[in-house]
Amino acid sequence: MPGVLRRHRWAIPYLLLLPGGLWLIFFFLLPMLTMASVSIQEGSLSQGYRLTFNFGIFAEVLSKNSTQFIRSLEYGLIVTVLTLAIGYPMAYTIAFRGGRYKNVLLLLVILPFFTSFIIRTISWKFLLADQGILLGTLKGWGLLDDGFHLLATPAAVISGITYNFLPFVVLPLYVALEKIDHRLVEAATDLYASRWQAFRRVTLPLSLPGVFAASLLCFIPAVGDFINADLLGSRATTMIGNVIQFRFLQSNDYPEAAALSLILMVAILFGVAVYAKVLGGEELTGG
Amino acid sequence: MSAATAAAPLPRTRARKRARIGQWILPVYTALAVAYLFIPIAVMIAFGFNDPQGRFNFTWQGFTLQNYAELFAVPGLGDALVTSLVVALISTVAATLIGTLIALALTRHVFRGRGGLNMLIFLPIATPEVVLGASLLALFVSMGIQRDITTIIVAHIMFDISYVVITVRARIAGFDRRLEEAAMDLGANEWTTFRKVTLPLIFPGILAAALLAFALSIDDFVITLFVSGRTSTFPLWVYGASRIGIPPQVNVMGTLIFVFAAVGIVGWLLLQRRGASGRPSDA
Repeated sequence: MPGVLRRHRWAIPYLLLLPGGLWLIFFFLLPMLTMASVSIQEGSLSQGYRLTFNFGIFAEVLSKNSTQFIRSLEYGLIVTVLTLAIGYPMAYTIAFRGGRYKNVLLLLVILPFFTSFIIRTISWKFLLADQGILLGTLKGWGLLDDGFHLLATPAAVISGITYNFLPFVVLPLYVALEKIDHRLVEAATDLYASRWQAFRRVTLPLSLPGVFAASLLCFIPAVGDFINADLLGSRATTMIGNVIQFRFLQSNDYPEAAALSLILMVAILFGVAVYAKVLGGEELTGG
Repeated sequence: MSAATAAAPLPRTRARKRARIGQWILPVYTALAVAYLFIPIAVMIAFGFNDPQGRFNFTWQGFTLQNYAELFAVPGLGDALVTSLVVALISTVAATLIGTLIALALTRHVFRGRGGLNMLIFLPIATPEVVLGASLLALFVSMGIQRDITTIIVAHIMFDISYVVITVRARIAGFDRRLEEAAMDLGANEWTTFRKVTLPLIFPGILAAALLAFALSIDDFVITLFVSGRTSTFPLWVYGASRIGIPPQVNVMGTLIFVFAAVGIVGWLLLQRRGASGRPSDA
């Protein structure tokens, strides 16, 4: 180590932090502040913008897009519950019954997601198309009515998001379940708990931190998602992400789009904080 | 079996049979769930061998290897893939380096502003991608910065850093500080200790972080859409094409990326297993 550094040991952490810290300040914090400032400006792309501290815009865009906001939160919640319901038994089986195939099974869960997100979603579009592989075949067998369709319905969008975020849920659940000491479960069954009771009173409470992490990792991207609504949905399934994307990139409504983005971010951070508080409190009283 | 004892009033054999069936429910369920994860991948691979007649690669027309032979026949697609690879490589190297330095500072040193720094690292992960993309667009537009491959790389490094810090930090937190102390006791100075002891020990974490950063970068669509300008990456190209009909070459490239990733991960796992059994000191 050079002598200068030895004499100024206190400077080492700051030197280590300098490049990354500056990068995040310039390309995360500064953009957020810029967006906040854009949201309270007025004007147009051609005539330029003036900072007018137009705070009324937040109420305005909120009431104008309340349908999409509520829909996004609704889809996000449904998807989170669905992924937990599908993913928990998977993670449980891999952690407790996987044996020497644990790593292989985990690998199989992750592997499909090395294919592009867009390609996977387009594949679902093929699959769910009215005369596609799935519905077309079922209709051919007479199992489905000819008029039945899935594409462009909320069910298609929700199942698309559920598919895409399932591994985000399985992995943290697996990590939490894998850590649980099996002897605790054995102790419960030795004390005459049924397997279901042992699960409900021992395994499930111990896995709650994993459930917490999993639901956040699923809910946050699910609420902001617009690809699934775009490719699998219709105008009746537009989510807030679609609106932000359209306002920014197509109609160049920068202040409105910025205001919407800020509201979405604040809403999610607020939700995360409340959720952390509630779940943390439950853990305290439950343990 | 605990289920048999719990169901004592039932005749023993029936209870045992029920327990045996019960044992199979979870594994069968998991196998079906994994199969479900592979459904769209199977479709992608299969339709790479399709011989579509029109612009739409929707229905099965016949088997062909033509799409593999004419992989680069579609104008723009090859360039988009190259752009994606360049962006992913540069941003992975940069983010892994910068992120590892932060992880070292966070685990090794005491300094002011640690709480603020943790927040700065957590927030990009807790922010929806569409908001990250939008805010960068707001910055670039208001500063009059031209959007091209440079802005894509800048954005990718930004969202990769947090993931790198978290991955590397977990690895550093899990290792035995006494190994470093031992090296110092044996006369190694700080720099030698870092090079010969710390770095090799945290290297698997750094490698995992780099793989994660690469995977995130090469597949990113949302943020890239906002900061790309006229530049096209592979996901952007595919998305654009999805409106006018996707050529089967997209399926072929998707298949090739999938196969590379699969071979890469399996190879890495095998290597790790061999390394773990060959070096007992690792355990």
